[in-house]
Amino acid sequence: MRLPGWISQHLAAARALLVFTVLLGIAYPLVVAGVGQAAFYTQANGSIIERDGQKVGSSLLGQSFEDRPEYFQSRPSAAGVGYDPTSTSASNLGPESVVDTLGDPAIDPESGEGNGSKQSLLTQVCARSKAVGEREGVDGSRPFCTPGGVGAVLGLFREGGLTGRITKVVSLNEPASSYDRATKAAKKNDSAFVASYEGVPVELAVFGEDYSKAIVTPIRGNAPAKPAVPGDAVTSSGSGLDPHISPAYAQLQLARVARARGVEGARLRKLVDEHTTGRALGFMGEPAVNVLELNLVLDQRYPKKG
Amino acid sequence: MSTTVAGLVFAGSLIAALVVSYRYFGDYMYRALTSARHFAVERGLYRLIGADPAKEQTWGAYARSVLAFSAVSLLFLYAFQRVQDKLWLSLGFAPVQPDQAWNTAVSFMSNTNWQSYSGESTMGHLVQMAGLAVQNFVSAGVGIAVALAFVRGFARSRTEYLGNFWIDLTRVCLRVLLPVAVIGAIIFVGAGMVQNFSSGTEVTTLTGATQTITGGPVASQEVIKELGTNGGGFYNVNSAHPFENPASWTNWLQIFLILLIPFSLPRVFGRMVGDRRQGLAIAAVMAIIALASTAGVMALETGEHGTVPQAVGSAMEGREVRLGVANSATFAAATTLTSTGAVDSFHDSYSALGGGLLMLNMQLGEVAPGGVGSGLYGMLVLAVITVFVAGLMVGRTPEYLGKKIGAREIKFASLYFLVTPCLVLIGTALAMSSATERASMLNTGPHGYSEVLYAFSSAANNNGSAFAGVSANTTWYNTALGLAMLLGRLLPVIFVLALAGSLARQKPVPASAGTLPTHRPLFAGMVAGVTVVLVALTFLPALALGPIAEGLL
Repeated sequence: MRLPGWISQHLAAARALLVFTVLLGIAYPLVVAGVGQAAFYTQANGSIIERDGQKVGSSLLGQSFEDRPEYFQSRPSAAGVGYDPTSTSASNLGPESVVDTLGDPAIDPESGEGNGSKQSLLTQVCARSKAVGEREGVDGSRPFCTPGGVGAVLGLFREGGLTGRITKVVSLNEPASSYDRATKAAKKNDSAFVASYEGVPVELAVFGEDYSKAIVTPIRGNAPAKPAVPGDAVTSSGSGLDPHISPAYAQLQLARVARARGVEGARLRKLVDEHTTGRALGFMGEPAVNVLELNLVLDQRYPKKG
Repeated sequence: MSTTVAGLVFAGSLIAALVVSYRYFGDYMYRALTSARHFAVERGLYRLIGADPAKEQTWGAYARSVLAFSAVSLLFLYAFQRVQDKLWLSLGFAPVQPDQAWNTAVSFMSNTNWQSYSGESTMGHLVQMAGLAVQNFVSAGVGIAVALAFVRGFARSRTEYLGNFWIDLTRVCLRVLLPVAVIGAIIFVGAGMVQNFSSGTEVTTLTGATQTITGGPVASQEVIKELGTNGGGFYNVNSAHPFENPASWTNWLQIFLILLIPFSLPRVFGRMVGDRRQGLAIAAVMAIIALASTAGVMALETGEHGTVPQAVGSAMEGREVRLGVANSATFAAATTLTSTGAVDSFHDSYSALGGGLLMLNMQLGEVAPGGVGSGLYGMLVLAVITVFVAGLMVGRTPEYLGKKIGAREIKFASLYFLVTPCLVLIGTALAMSSATERASMLNTGPHGYSEVLYAFSSAANNNGSAFAGVSANTTWYNTALGLAMLLGRLLPVIFVLALAGSLARQKPVPASAGTLPTHRPLFAGMVAGVTVVLVALTFLPALALGPIAEGLL
């Protein structure tokens, strides 16, 4: 029997796909798995680290050490609630994500539904920088950040829209009132990070007001261009699983970790240096410190007392 | 070594490696793809497929084979995802929703590998390896096969025949892709990429929390993801994931694999048309554009442009510490200059103009060096348009490689060029005219618009990378971007094969004193110029509303 051309054409295609599926979709990955499992057992199974017979993590995946001063801290993470390999993600926020969506001051931001607020990337960076600064006892200020740890961004209203005299200035990320947990109600906030801009007094942002016509103007301020808190400490990584921090961020954390463990800073410094990997072949990538590996060695050599 | 110097050495070492592989890997591919001999295993495959290796196809038959294979692939992949819960290794995941399954099936069939899904929470291991990763091979094979048929249109004369699609496809997969993939995958496992069939290992972290270490046949998929300029990651965060890119040197190797075939194919072209200098000229055009673009992205990203990068002091948002900003920028340029779309850093967080440059890379039609196969035929179509423009200037009938570029040829070339701009601009306009679709933007203002423009540029050009903030897993985006990918792949393939058929039929025109030499720097410069001017005229208004507005405001 002879089939019409268009049918035999598709039959050939289906047979070809079947053949390639068996060869490239089954045989090939199985062969690689076979060789991989035989030759590189640890790597092929996720580079899992064991301690006292317990699986404690993968040397390639970061972990969260939040609120544990005796550990070196990882970078902020956008993967799930943080360092969740089943929901990897970056923040995907852009370089001009500078204006927050304010929340309803009458609602607890921690409540089930939340209060509708959304932080801009700039405010996230500022808040993290302030928090890290306080934790490590250094200056957490950054360019374009208010002392209160939000993005220093003014909304300018001009007479002619884009041009003309300034009629009103609003500090867009500083709410006029916010939720107070003690009284369970809205509480008025103090004044803005600058009193006035070009002679016009700066107002705080009122929830629900439409500021979309304002000209968004980030204010540089006088923070140093190279802040004390390194960049990787205030940004989330691409994967949300970054196992590394920069050597600068590790050095910054030395004193606090040493204090929490009751050891001399100099000893830890040596340990951090040992765990700092340089660029591959001298030019690929950037120097980095593997946080989990470092913390494991810390636990082993300088266990926390008490 | 300072960061800047290290970044330059990184890029320089890639260039050196590609120059060497242009010569040797190009020659290997030429021999492998044009040899008259069939291996025994290949004869067996041809019998299974039912293809006669002694028979060649006309352009129409070749195109019908491509379409049939694409249609079957699309249907199979769709069905596979829809029934994944009933198959092995599904990890307990539900069937993929119809609109998302359609989008993903088109995406992998068309070598786009746009992902509206998140790998670790949607796809079982079997769908990934026997569905998606198979398309990583064969969609790359289709691209190279079409490029070979197109080059035969120049190399042959007075014939209707352009080769046999089934032979070309089989040879690309078996002789070129598979050997490199096997070696590469084993190296990658050694570097720390996982290769197992585990559904995940629970561990208790140092602070007492539970973390699931994910598994999967990652290494085998990773290598072909780059080599076939596919780009679909096993996990949501693609090559930023430490299991997909464990070290800075695997990052280098991935960029090399992305560029290996696209930059070596011009050598194959040169040898097939019997003049290596022609291949070198095409490779030079690709290299000029690629170098300019990569340098631009690197300068913009390391230069801390924009409010947040200035506040941070470096562009570390969306970047991994081990890879760094400069190497990530090199990866981003490579992935958008080709049709890969893998990412090791998140383009949505790039500076306004840096991200705009990545968009422009795709809008160039991905010809510098472009996707495997599609980059070569795209660039050759631009060369055809260039000789036409040059012919108009001096008032001579244009010719390229001994073939007259007449009305019929230039019609096909123009149609080829017009497909993607139409898809990108119409698609973006439709999305922006609806409030529901605008609501998918994560960022606001020009950056949000850039997310949508990027999505359609990526889909229509079969790239697959994203300004990933946009929530594209909606019925509308899944359907619309699916259509953009489908038409952006198959219409150009049909036009390029039709053009090949019409070229192969001609008898060669002997070169005369008035013939424009097409292997000299003058011609290479003109092709680069025509490429940039055509694309700039098409896309500048659209770019002005997004990245340019954001960068200058």
